[in-house]
Amino acid sequence: MRTKLTDPKRLQEISCRIRRSILLSLCEAGSGHLGGSLGITDVFTALYFSVLNHDPKDPDWADRDRLILSIGHVAPALYATLAHRGYFPEKELSTLRKLGSRLQGHPGREHGLPGLELSAGSLGQGLSVAVGRAIAGKMDQQRWRVYCILGDGELQEGSVWEAAMSASFYKLDNLIAIVDRNGVQIDGKTEEVMALEPLKEKWQSFGWTVFECNGNNHEEILSAMNLAQQVSDKPAMILAQTRMGYGVKTIEGDYRWHGKAPSKQEVEEFIRELEEEK
Amino acid sequence: MRIRFSNKGDKPTKAGFGEGLLDAGCRIPEVVALGADITASVGVNLFANRFPERFLSLGIAEQNCIGVAAGLALEGKTPVFATYGVFAALRTTDQIRVSVCYNNLHVVIGGAHAGVSVGPDGATHQALEDLAVMRVLPNMTVLSPCDATQTKIATQHAINKVNGPVYIRFGREAMPDFTSENQSFEVGKAQQLHGGNDITIIATGHLVWEALQAAYQLKKEKIHVRVINMHTIKPIDRETIIRAARETGAIVTAEEHQVAGGMGSAVAEVVAREYPVPMNFIGMPDRFGESGNPRELMQKFGMTAHTIEKAVLSLLQRKNIPFNH
Repeated sequence: MRTKLTDPKRLQEISCRIRRSILLSLCEAGSGHLGGSLGITDVFTALYFSVLNHDPKDPDWADRDRLILSIGHVAPALYATLAHRGYFPEKELSTLRKLGSRLQGHPGREHGLPGLELSAGSLGQGLSVAVGRAIAGKMDQQRWRVYCILGDGELQEGSVWEAAMSASFYKLDNLIAIVDRNGVQIDGKTEEVMALEPLKEKWQSFGWTVFECNGNNHEEILSAMNLAQQVSDKPAMILAQTRMGYGVKTIEGDYRWHGKAPSKQEVEEFIRELEEEK
Repeated sequence: MRIRFSNKGDKPTKAGFGEGLLDAGCRIPEVVALGADITASVGVNLFANRFPERFLSLGIAEQNCIGVAAGLALEGKTPVFATYGVFAALRTTDQIRVSVCYNNLHVVIGGAHAGVSVGPDGATHQALEDLAVMRVLPNMTVLSPCDATQTKIATQHAINKVNGPVYIRFGREAMPDFTSENQSFEVGKAQQLHGGNDITIIATGHLVWEALQAAYQLKKEKIHVRVINMHTIKPIDRETIIRAARETGAIVTAEEHQVAGGMGSAVAEVVAREYPVPMNFIGMPDRFGESGNPRELMQKFGMTAHTIEKAVLSLLQRKNIPFNH
């Protein structure tokens, strides 16, 4: 099961199925972060079905690429992707956020979900852990890569920039970070809560090679990943422009759906919109 | 027990940390040290000079250091990160809680400059809250050895024998080095250094030596004091505490740390639940330290043999008034 898909159409179909699972699991849970999870789904699909070297039948395979999710709150997207990729049964997605579940509100390794690389949820920490893993990989002359998904609001945490400095200082070309640039956070637009722009220039000045792509377009995501893999002597950053709630027209771009779950009635409507979009 | 400990010569406990790290590094190739600019000041330079390829300079960025250490541990390395305790434990608390403890990773965190004996640098650099914060984190082991020799041994154990996160605390000032290279040391097992059944002093870190001096002095007055070195704050040695409560009927704790939440509190949690006896607590009384030379500060804040002696005498009076249960 180490085959990789390259057809954007096929990936889009899979994304659509994953989004459906996210909607259903959040509705069942009654809480959780819908907007961000739907927005980042295409990036997860691209990573797990096309980019990463990994093996769902052997989650701890030593030579796998490591995916660090720094924004733990979009865990529903990670869980749904892992399930669809065969790490665990899809029906387990209905246990999200429930007592005794392996699918914690924010990822927790101690609950034993296969494929989870890090317990995370406190913002600003994932990139540092990714840097540590990438340094270890370099020390041991390993060929696997570390991928790290960050949120844009998260970049307001100072520790992210400590990590950014250290990644270029150690020339970590085995590290590819992806920022989910949806432009919104809980209080509103990032540029109104605490402005991040010029973001590309910020990362470049910290010694990173930066690529931009439409994070809801598989062709663009794959092309950016491909370019990022070719960078040498520097870490690579992909600023993925996404739309919060992508796939469900009613909620697309609406920050009020950052931390909300759909009701039973809403979920039917949203799934219908999702199918139409496909 | 009749061993009378004598000072082999003053030595800072941080030197013991540096030697322990170097020693473990020689034997275990997975050991990687992380530095946040003050490597010589915390004793990591010995390792860094010997194994430059296993030393990571990360600059004045402690939060990142903890995350990088977590990443290294996930890949099978044994990361050791040391800086002043105020930064190692407090600036990075959330990173330690989530990236290290929640992931239950074997990261060794060294907290230097423990207590007021840091001296002239003053309150910002005197770690007095680190034990309290570190000991409440699930999965964490907390060590507070009493002299340079024991710090060396405890550091080796932290690297080699403990699974999961460890915080080890040590001081800056040269202090009596009195324990043996061949001592039996076990994480979680307190050491009884002086026998006696009238009352118990449980001390940690630099104050173990002061507690011994107090016990020797009190012996002249026919008061037989049991002295226990609580070098592991977590997991706390319940058995030794309960035995001391039962056999001696009163306990004084002594630490270079806030009274609130520190080693004394950990002891009191056991005593209150298992075998209530009167207690007294030597430590910082809910205030910040200040500049001064180490001895002056220890005197000012009552962290000397003399103060411990007085605390013992006052507690002995209470011990003889029966508890009104």
